[in-house]
Amino acid sequence: MKIGIPKELHAGEKRVATTPDVVSHLKKLGFDVAIEAGAGAAASYSDEAYAAAGCEIVASSNDLWAQSDLIMKVRAPEAGEIDLLRSGQTLISFLWPAQNPELLKTLTERGVTAMAMDSIPRISRSQKMDALSSMANIGGYRAIVEAAQHFGRFFTGQITAAGKIPPAKVLVIGAGVAGLAAIGAAKSMGAIVRAFDTRPEVKEQIESMNADFLLLDFDDEDGSGEGGYAKTMSAEFIEAEMALFAEQAKEVDIIVTTALIPGKPAPKLITAEMIRSMKNGSVIVDLAAEQGGNCELTEPEKVVVRNGVSIIGYTDLPSRLAAQSSQLYGTNLRHLLTELSPEKNGEIIVDMEDEVIRGATICTGGETTWPPPAPKLSAAPPKAEPEPAPVVVEKKPSILGPVIAVVVGALALLGLGAVAPPSFMAHFTVFVLACFVGYMVIWNVSPALHTPLMSVTNAISSIIVIGALLQISSTDNLIMWIAAFTVLITSINITGGFAVTRRMLEMFRK
Amino acid sequence: MINAGIVTVSYIAATVLFILALGGLSSPETARRGNWYGVTGMTIALLATFFGVVTENYTILLLALLIGASIGLLLAKRVQMTQMPELVAMLHSLVGLAAVLVGFASFMDPSTHFVGVELTINDIETYIGILIGAITLSGSVIAFGKLSGRIGGSPLTLPGRHWFNLALLLGAIWFGREFVIQSAAGGGMTPLLIMTAIALLFGIHMVMAIGGADMPVVVSMLNSYSGWAASATGFMLNNDLLIVTGALVGSSGAILSYIMCRAMNRKFLAVIAGGFGTGGGKVSAVGEIEGEVAPIDSQETASLLANAKEVMIIPGYGMAVAQAQHIVNEIVATLRAKNVNVRFGIHPVAGRMPGHMNVLLAEARVPYDIVFEMDEINEDFPVIDVSVVIGANDIVNPSAQDEPDSPIAGMPVLEVWKGTTTIVLKRSMATGYAGVQNPLFFKENTRMLFGDAKETLDEVFKAL
Repeated sequence: MKIGIPKELHAGEKRVATTPDVVSHLKKLGFDVAIEAGAGAAASYSDEAYAAAGCEIVASSNDLWAQSDLIMKVRAPEAGEIDLLRSGQTLISFLWPAQNPELLKTLTERGVTAMAMDSIPRISRSQKMDALSSMANIGGYRAIVEAAQHFGRFFTGQITAAGKIPPAKVLVIGAGVAGLAAIGAAKSMGAIVRAFDTRPEVKEQIESMNADFLLLDFDDEDGSGEGGYAKTMSAEFIEAEMALFAEQAKEVDIIVTTALIPGKPAPKLITAEMIRSMKNGSVIVDLAAEQGGNCELTEPEKVVVRNGVSIIGYTDLPSRLAAQSSQLYGTNLRHLLTELSPEKNGEIIVDMEDEVIRGATICTGGETTWPPPAPKLSAAPPKAEPEPAPVVVEKKPSILGPVIAVVVGALALLGLGAVAPPSFMAHFTVFVLACFVGYMVIWNVSPALHTPLMSVTNAISSIIVIGALLQISSTDNLIMWIAAFTVLITSINITGGFAVTRRMLEMFRK
Repeated sequence: MINAGIVTVSYIAATVLFILALGGLSSPETARRGNWYGVTGMTIALLATFFGVVTENYTILLLALLIGASIGLLLAKRVQMTQMPELVAMLHSLVGLAAVLVGFASFMDPSTHFVGVELTINDIETYIGILIGAITLSGSVIAFGKLSGRIGGSPLTLPGRHWFNLALLLGAIWFGREFVIQSAAGGGMTPLLIMTAIALLFGIHMVMAIGGADMPVVVSMLNSYSGWAASATGFMLNNDLLIVTGALVGSSGAILSYIMCRAMNRKFLAVIAGGFGTGGGKVSAVGEIEGEVAPIDSQETASLLANAKEVMIIPGYGMAVAQAQHIVNEIVATLRAKNVNVRFGIHPVAGRMPGHMNVLLAEARVPYDIVFEMDEINEDFPVIDVSVVIGANDIVNPSAQDEPDSPIAGMPVLEVWKGTTTIVLKRSMATGYAGVQNPLFFKENTRMLFGDAKETLDEVFKAL
């Protein structure tokens, strides 16, 4: 089966759907890969590199579309590209069927099998194909880089000969994948980072990145919705939230907003009022710009300065790290193809029983298959009812056991002392003392030498040979032979034990 | 012929040398000298007995000594380090056999004359010596069979096996009484033979009921028994050297068993009663784990390792089975040349006997100062970039800490999941000896490298 990678036509789009590294993996899955000349140039992947990885370079876009069975893209196909699609062909890219019903209709009519990378259900099995997360991760990182670009100060605090520099304070709203990536990037540049999210379960994740979780004094509401996204909150909650943001806006230097609610315009969290209260030179990066923005003054795809605050509304942040995002997106695609091609024979099977493939496929064989039935598992399972704390009965170690043991032991010894002849007691004394010496000595043995310890104790326990030596001079022939045999087997043990111990110890080297 | 006083002094010297030999094992530097102390002690004891006690049959004695010694040397030379547990088990069985033989010979010896309490005590000593010797003998033979794979590793759990054991014990006591009574009347051979059979049966049954993962406990327990057998023989023969040496070995084995049990959070009696996960206790209902394992290939493993700063390697029995220790050492040497800090983390019960992994790594010439015990390095995992788990399972199972219902709950484990990435080398997704699913494999920062450990590591080494 031949995979075709066309050049992205969308203005400003620098990404490409595969990289030379991914191509070599695709070849291992049995696919042939062809790429349009210059497709990777904007992402710094040269045609030569693709060719070296075993990729065919096709000069004309039309040829590429005509000869490929499977087209992989980043952006949804543009008007001119849709016409090149033919029945039976498979298309994998971001498609956003909810936002583009027209496109979905056209694709269905053309008999194309279309798989939307944005529609892959968010279950744990599909994480490796989750292109939305990959892109969000890059977007979050890039948001901080963009903020740094427009922020006239250091992120990190320093004490220099010329005076003290306070660290920048960054507020991240929405700690999804993008938010966490932003936290990580800002933190590693040395800023003080705070983060807010309506979903209490992300508190741990935020704190694990050494950022402060801003706690809203409002404990009854859980903002977790389906599929790991947030849901719309109650009016009271939003009021408390806005008060918190207003408070923070006066203090922080940089705000990164990533709040999105699926299928709805982005919530307006940063008002013009708050922006007025911010320090001159502050920066807001609005990652929700495409969905209308979290900030009232955001203008999509632009950087505007309002009241001395730079508001960044870029919607193409992943494309601004084209090499990185192409690599991750290409890898996501590769994982999807691995799922699609269980035989690794270069053929794909669209198995509609498979939850992930079913979710991604929006149309096939002239039929619209979107939206898919609700996924069975969400990324974070709904929180179970808190179980009543089990009543732990602290089990006190019973003092009775040891006491009984000591008493029994003492009685046994007394009984023994009462009947045993003195010669036995002398031996018994030696025995008990030897046990204690052994106890003291053995605890000092290094655990690494436990095996040599066993073999050397083995060798010295063959001291039992003395018993046989005492008997070998017996006049009774049977006893003599038994003793001789005992000497034989114990001497195996003596030499074997010592020799193997020596062999092992020789091996222990620094 | 030297006099009895000199013999006694020689025995004292031998005793001291044996204690020094064990004391020397506190560090690898002193251990080599310690071993020589042991050899010297044994030689002194043998010479003193040879010249002080033996009066006849020198030829046969020397012949037996020579034959035995050559077999021993040959064994020691030939044995593979991975087979050490088998060798040790086999040598234990010889001590057990010797104790039984010496006991019988002593009982049959017409030259000993005791009367009254002394006779009773001597009879009891003989009886106990043979009893322990026989258990050691048959138990070690079975352990040898299990370790060398001649007998299946899974525990044999007969119905009502605890009652069976109890019956054997009561039988042994009853025949002991019979033996003492009959011995006073000049007989006693029959109960002694029956008891030996009972003890042999008990030893077989005891070890058969113990699963593969509990082998370290069994091996050290048998080590202990062989010591007690020697000690009991010493009582029987009124010989302090045997008593002391036996007690040293016995307590050494007992402490090892204790350490092993503690490392598995298991009661000694529970181990002896046999059957991991089958001995009462409810089997975890949380066994099924939802999730997907993320595989990785050798190339990626190599690049992860090469780019790491801190690497921890956790070897398990699987490394011994695959004979992968040499290639592990080569990988380690390569990484260390690249200034990667590579360390080994050894769980006390990794492998089939105490210290098994250390010996294997030493054989592969891994420097021992980068090999650490669990307690020494368990707190370092948060700073580890890559942990490599080679053929281990239960000892890195987080459910020992998270799931109170798990059969291995409470067992100390190496906390590999706290590191940045964990690579697990495994042949398949099968569970470990405890039969417990391992949630580690499903963690997000775990990557599975499937295949034979040696072959995959060969590939990793090439990729480095």
